[in-house]
Amino acid sequence: MTAATSENVALIEEAGPLRSALRRLFRRKSAVFGLACVLLFIGVAALAPLIAPYNPDVPDFLLVRKAPSALHVFGTDEIGRDVLARVIYGARASLLAGVVSVAIALGLGVPIGLISGYAGRWIDGLLMRITDAMLAMPFLILAIALAAFLGPSLTNAMIAIGISAMPTFIRLTRAQTLAIKVEDYVEAARALGNPHHRILLRHILPNILPPLVVQATLTIAQAIIAEASLSFLGLGQQPPAPSWGSMLNVAKAYLAQAPWMALWPGLAIFFAVLAFNLLGDGLRDALDPRRK
Amino acid sequence: MLAFLVRRLVITIPTIFFVSVLIFGLQQLLPGNPAVVLAGEEQDPAVIAYITHKYHLDKPLPVRYVLWIGDALHGDLGESIRTRQPVSELVLQKLPVTLELGALAFLIALLIGVPAGIVSAVKSGTAVDYGANLFALWGISTPNFWLGIMLILLISVELHWLPASGYVPPGDDLAQNLKTMIMPAFVLGNAVAAVIMRHTRSAMMQVLGADYVRTARAKGLTERAVVLRHSLRNALIPVITLGALEFGQLLSGAVLTEQIFTIPGFGKLIVDAVFNRDFAVVQGVVLVTATLYIFLNICADVAYFLANPRLRS
Repeated sequence: MTAATSENVALIEEAGPLRSALRRLFRRKSAVFGLACVLLFIGVAALAPLIAPYNPDVPDFLLVRKAPSALHVFGTDEIGRDVLARVIYGARASLLAGVVSVAIALGLGVPIGLISGYAGRWIDGLLMRITDAMLAMPFLILAIALAAFLGPSLTNAMIAIGISAMPTFIRLTRAQTLAIKVEDYVEAARALGNPHHRILLRHILPNILPPLVVQATLTIAQAIIAEASLSFLGLGQQPPAPSWGSMLNVAKAYLAQAPWMALWPGLAIFFAVLAFNLLGDGLRDALDPRRK
Repeated sequence: MLAFLVRRLVITIPTIFFVSVLIFGLQQLLPGNPAVVLAGEEQDPAVIAYITHKYHLDKPLPVRYVLWIGDALHGDLGESIRTRQPVSELVLQKLPVTLELGALAFLIALLIGVPAGIVSAVKSGTAVDYGANLFALWGISTPNFWLGIMLILLISVELHWLPASGYVPPGDDLAQNLKTMIMPAFVLGNAVAAVIMRHTRSAMMQVLGADYVRTARAKGLTERAVVLRHSLRNALIPVITLGALEFGQLLSGAVLTEQIFTIPGFGKLIVDAVFNRDFAVVQGVVLVTATLYIFLNICADVAYFLANPRLRS
């Protein structure tokens, strides 16, 4: 076999599992629907200044709590701001919080999980007891406590959610590392004299990515709800910047007079969370070899 | 059994130790001098000096931790800055309300989740199964605070069936208590019902394909007996463990539910404390919640041990 041919075989082998996983993903209608919704939300968030019909922060006291109409499709809020424009801009805070907090959880959790699983012995014992301690604190309670001490802001809410979600990634990465580190190819890499960091980054990490991708997608859904919850409590995005959670917090005072103020941001959270859940379920089925 | 319990409790000790370290560490996240932050806007030097002395802020960090945990082990979780009440007293006042809400929510979750999971597994692949799965997806994707707001709008504002907020202790008037608690309990239990439904379905699917179930069918037992007597009993074992853990999550969800329905429980206590910068209360609530959660974990393990004959033998 020539060098070029063996390279091609390696490429096909590498592209093969990914392509077949994508084929399995696109075969599931619910996952495709989830992916389409996720892309739609990303598009809405990215193009907010172009597609929002009004400025989301400018009040109009002549249009206070107007019901949905042709001019204001989702109605207006308690100080006359367009609800549709605020829902569109609110997508930015929610998606940003979802992605950034999961990035924080991954960025901290994966290295700790890798070290814990690979090193074993007392390092593993110590790291796992700390992880158990973090898991003992319910997700939202820990996020609220962290946000309380860090101070209320979207950035701090993202940090709080990221840290609260981290133990799940530590546990998952450690479990996967424990399974992979006894594989023959890892033993071979060690026998060849590869340093530990190279074995971790080049041989173990790429092989534990699929379950991490699935968990990350599902955690984005949780993080969106958590951000909305913190903003609802006044610990996330601060007014007048729009966020679905803070919009609901204001809306609950006007339920009888302006129910539309509560309807649309809630539906936006529901569909965003549903989309990531469907995509996560689809990815799990597509990437799990036992489900082929 | 005793050896199992002792082993389980021994493992818990380092976990509780690290929980306490993490909760104590929260205070270190306060920007600048905690005494200045706690002194409020006026920043009276006398008040700052008093707080520094009272909370041992002039002592090294490890010494402060030892003093703090020593007090906590004696039931002294500090004092609320706002009400001057001991935190442990506040927690004991509010905890029963949240436990009642959690228990009702859990009951509702079981009443919806287990039957829906059974039906979904038995009628796998039919419209009923799809319907149950859609319900589960709806349950885990709906933010409970939004569901609460929508139910208040429909049931309280439009239909006037139930009160939108308030709390009456069950000792005062049980009927009124249930009237005020049923809607929050449904809101809180909804997501857990979805999770229990998914797990019951998955466990039932596994059990229904087992050899002993096929044998039971071959003996000529009715489908009802096969499902309820032979399958469900075994399928519920993993659900027991999950149920205990989900009860811990209910305590977390109660924060928002209590906020929406103005229920004076544990969740409302922590949120009010956050806005009053009453950090001793925040720490106390997190410590008690985490300890409760660890205790529920032990209960789950014991229940699993007792329910699983292979482990017992």
